[in-house]
Amino acid sequence: MPYKITCFVQIKDQRILLDKREVISLESARDSNDFLKEAYKALNISYPKFHKMDGLSKLGIVATEVLFSNKYISPETALVFSNASSSLETDREHQKAMQGIISPAIFVYTLPNIVMGEISIKHKLQSENVFFISENFNPALIVDYTNVLLDNSGIPAAVCGWIEWKNAEYDVFLCLVSREGDLVFSAEKLDELYHFENERSAN
Amino acid sequence: MKDLYLLDDAIVSPLGFSTEENLELVSKNISGLKLHKNKRLAMGELYAGIIETDLLREAFNKIGAPEKFTKLEQMMLLAVHKVIAANPGINITDTALILSTTKGNIDVLEESSPFPKNRVYLTELAKVIKNFFGFTTEPVVVSNACVSGGLALAIAKRLMNSGRFEQAIVVGGDLVSDFVVSGFNSFLALSGEPCKPFSVDRKGISLGEAAVAILVTNRNPTAIPVVSLIGEASANDANHISGPSRTAEGLVHSIERAIKQAEISAEQIDYISAHGTATLFNDEMEAVAFNRLDLNEVPLNSFKGYYGHTLGASALLESILTKHSLLQNQLFTSLNYGAHGLSKPLHIIKDNRKASLKYALKTASGFGGCNLALIFKKEENAI
Amino acid sequence: MSDLRTELKQSIIEQLNLEELGVNDIANDEPLFGDGLGLDSIDALELIVLLEKEYGIKLDDPQKGKEIFVSIDKMAEYIEAHRSI
Repeated sequence: MPYKITCFVQIKDQRILLDKREVISLESARDSNDFLKEAYKALNISYPKFHKMDGLSKLGIVATEVLFSNKYISPETALVFSNASSSLETDREHQKAMQGIISPAIFVYTLPNIVMGEISIKHKLQSENVFFISENFNPALIVDYTNVLLDNSGIPAAVCGWIEWKNAEYDVFLCLVSREGDLVFSAEKLDELYHFENERSAN
Repeated sequence: MKDLYLLDDAIVSPLGFSTEENLELVSKNISGLKLHKNKRLAMGELYAGIIETDLLREAFNKIGAPEKFTKLEQMMLLAVHKVIAANPGINITDTALILSTTKGNIDVLEESSPFPKNRVYLTELAKVIKNFFGFTTEPVVVSNACVSGGLALAIAKRLMNSGRFEQAIVVGGDLVSDFVVSGFNSFLALSGEPCKPFSVDRKGISLGEAAVAILVTNRNPTAIPVVSLIGEASANDANHISGPSRTAEGLVHSIERAIKQAEISAEQIDYISAHGTATLFNDEMEAVAFNRLDLNEVPLNSFKGYYGHTLGASALLESILTKHSLLQNQLFTSLNYGAHGLSKPLHIIKDNRKASLKYALKTASGFGGCNLALIFKKEENAI
Repeated sequence: MSDLRTELKQSIIEQLNLEELGVNDIANDEPLFGDGLGLDSIDALELIVLLEKEYGIKLDDPQKGKEIFVSIDKMAEYIEAHRSI
């Protein structure tokens, strides 16, 4: 497989890293929602719709803002995302709202693929989308599926990886994959990159 | 890419607990949509396709203890059981499990639910299915709004192409839960009468629940005729997270790419199983898409008048019905279609009739701007 | 009179998450949909929720919403005529 990791973004513990280098650190953020708001401002995103989104979608917008910065992104760039909890945080919000008056703006986010919709709208991607659910990040599944898309569907690039928003804790690892880059796009490499930062955070 | 062959299937729905029962009632144009009480709604009731819990328990009791499994699990386990029973020699350890759902066991979040709250995780639902039958690999779970069921077939084909496995059982299911009823109600998207896809007086969706399972493989099948998935594509509209693109960008894109992969031309499509949810916008969007691609004269129906919108099961349920339509050379009535209510013409199937069918197009769309197109082919010659 | 309009603007900003706007950024006669504030179909549904939550007005017909949600002025007039809280 001749595909490469062009670049990758990680978001965890109030830090955003691009290709392992810290882009933003927001130690002062009071909680996860605050972190997202601060990241939005620090990155000069300027996209008022951001504030209507749920946590998972905001996370995706912030991540792709960093991942896509200063690059041409083809509208055919596929999105191959995964997480463990689907849209559970927002599901709980809707469940709570069911006791009173229901908000359609909350209900619409009770599907994990909405984050791909928001990214597609902002960056004008009319591409293949898929959202997998797995207990832990499953690099082999993501790599196999993405490779088939890149090989067979005439797709030039893909963003793939893990985007989790659970109990207001976030964990993002997304790679931009194409024929350009220094790192080989393989399950082993993805596993190494994902766990390196996550182990670092645990220390 | 190698084609995906569709083998034995099972449908668990208000129209019966086997594909045979379902086909019999569909061919008699009988709908599973009934009036049900619902305290949550202002009008106190809604038309929906809901499986009677007692009937389900009775059927499930033959294979397991109903009190140990949620309603959705009983539905899905019954469907998978039927598929496995039809293949007594099947090697489960050699078979992958692919699961499609939008909300899974979402009813477990209710205070009154006797099940542990962690059952709401889709991986827990998948684990229940895996352990019941003894699958040995980690299930592949997809949750991608209302295209999930059809996308699961595309995923099966794509992962087989990567060499991960050669055979899989794909199962899809969703409930008519208070969770989704209340949500769609807040969107003012629920029709006060059984849904009327493509009709001028359509007023929105009817919800439905179902579980469907199908055995699929990329190995050359022994039995003929057989239906295979020969082209598939998904594309986002990049327009709005809950409203479809007025110009049907994503759906047109998906259909074009699926047709290209299938290596056929649009003229060869004999039948279209549309998404047809009966919302003002979805049906209009599909009409725009099919006209843009000169498919407006191809016989077309929606199955949602029979089942309602079964969410994560819908595209898989309707793909299975498409498969049987091809095998039987049978076009089924698009139920509840009255006067045409779209700005563009479509050839809606008004009465059951026989036709020589070889290629079919299945489409689906969903929240988040997703769209899916699948091209099925009936193989009548030995492969 | 003007208190209701200010209160309404605050509610709308909060309910629709228009975080980058202040009460002074919304003119009373400015169109809320289309080019004005750029609100969309989900915002229209949320305004129906707002009418019920804040003013006890139940709107079952979304078509009615199109006439009422034209501007802050139009909304305020409707609320004054129909509110129950």
